[in-house]
Amino acid sequence: MTLLAVDGLEARHGLLPAVRGVSLALREGERLALVGANGAGKTTLLRAIAGAHPVATGTVRLDGADVTAAPAHRRVALGIALVPEGRRLFPDMTVLDNLRVAARHGRPGPWSVDAVLDAFPLLRPLRHRRAAALSGGEQQATAIGRALMTNPRVLLLDEVSLGLAPQAVDAVYASLARLPAGATVILVEQDLGRGLAFADRVICLLEGRAVLDAPAASVTREQVTEAYFGLGGLAAAGAEGAQGTR
Amino acid sequence: MIWVSVVIQGVLLGAVYALFACGLSLMFGVMRIINLAHGDLAVIGAYLVWVVADRAHVSPFVALVAVLPVMLIAGYALHVALIGRSLRGGPLTPLLTTFGLGIVIQNALQEVFSPDVRSLGAAAGPIATWSWRISDALAISWLGIVILAVAVVVLGGLELFLRWTAPGREMRATAQDPDAAELVGIDARAVYARATAIAIATSGLAGAFLAIRSTFEPGSGPTQLIFGFEAVVIGGFGSLWGTLLGGIVLGVAQTIGGHLDPQWALLAGHLVFLAVLASPRGRTLAARTVQP
Repeated sequence: MTLLAVDGLEARHGLLPAVRGVSLALREGERLALVGANGAGKTTLLRAIAGAHPVATGTVRLDGADVTAAPAHRRVALGIALVPEGRRLFPDMTVLDNLRVAARHGRPGPWSVDAVLDAFPLLRPLRHRRAAALSGGEQQATAIGRALMTNPRVLLLDEVSLGLAPQAVDAVYASLARLPAGATVILVEQDLGRGLAFADRVICLLEGRAVLDAPAASVTREQVTEAYFGLGGLAAAGAEGAQGTR
Repeated sequence: MIWVSVVIQGVLLGAVYALFACGLSLMFGVMRIINLAHGDLAVIGAYLVWVVADRAHVSPFVALVAVLPVMLIAGYALHVALIGRSLRGGPLTPLLTTFGLGIVIQNALQEVFSPDVRSLGAAAGPIATWSWRISDALAISWLGIVILAVAVVVLGGLELFLRWTAPGREMRATAQDPDAAELVGIDARAVYARATAIAIATSGLAGAFLAIRSTFEPGSGPTQLIFGFEAVVIGGFGSLWGTLLGGIVLGVAQTIGGHLDPQWALLAGHLVFLAVLASPRGRTLAARTVQP
């Protein structure tokens, strides 16, 4: 059953189109990796789904309900949570307060402060520390935990490995692996290997358009790389395949 | 003993400034805006208390209980109708908007109430004049103690509210990053409106105590704004305990200056303010204020 449906979504930065007519459908429990070069429109697409960036045309539907006009805070209550690029924690608040502040307006569900600290054990001894005093990996774990505190139906993760040391990236992905099996996730990731390993499906964006939409298990790294850089026919074939899968 | 008296009178005077500064500090801390109509809104509070006390024949303290919720609601409405809209226009727009609002308020009050100077001191009864005489050189006024206690309760209560309650936590989160706050389900605009409502209610409280302690007229607002602003800068923008301390430092500076020479009272306060503004902390503050 389709949980999240994006149809013909366009989003702009000023007059410059960043996302051009992207459509995607995500089933409950599905994990989607959104890949593409810098400036391909991944972050803008994710922010538009979360309500943090205005949609020029197109629709975003959650469980059949049109949420395109809903502001970001309303979408959180409906079940869409974004872990933004750069973490965007509240720097002067403790880890605990960062988690607690997210709990009030989310949905009822299994995630609580204790559940998050169990899922991210590295945070337990740091829970009284200010977010600004955490390392990048610790901040990323807090940001993911903060989003989980809203008990989302769809979790949007934007560049979770950006700027982190390899060990920190390993720790973050180990934590993501502990997410419940039914979690519905869209992951924006520049590391193709990690994205393909995490996801059930991969969509590649090029200059704001979806040029490849394929199951992660069957697509090869070369196919994704060619779509990533817009290298001719294979990307086009991928796009046709993408149309067929919708 | 005379210097002890001077300092104590300064502390009590500073409590009034701290009450005026409370709302300014909260609005800057949460929204990064300086409300130039803050003093005029306080004077509206003083007039409302005067009207209720006069018409209902009750003590100004009883009238204040009725006026505070009105100021709270008016503050919320003011944010929705005016200040919230001006926030979308960049950092200078709220300054210009509240500057214009202050002028409108002063002229409207003059039109409705005339430029006559008024006071609620007589209506407040003996508490406005009683004092605790410790020695020939030292007497502490009851009203001063009441105002100091109210300032500690209001500023301390707000500090506790921000630190320990869920709505306070939301206010702190929104103050630090309104976009990220939206992403965890917080309606940042509603939080801003709540902060404005609290700030305007505290300004009404300050205006009422000014009216009981001293005199007021439609043009009293800007002077109180300056003292409130100085208290906030001395104490550090956005820190409510700092604001209380800033008000007290300003009050003590004024009474010490006034004791040395009556003409130096205001000058001494301004000099302390300028010294803080010229310090490294003041320069940091100026840099924060001009951020978009």
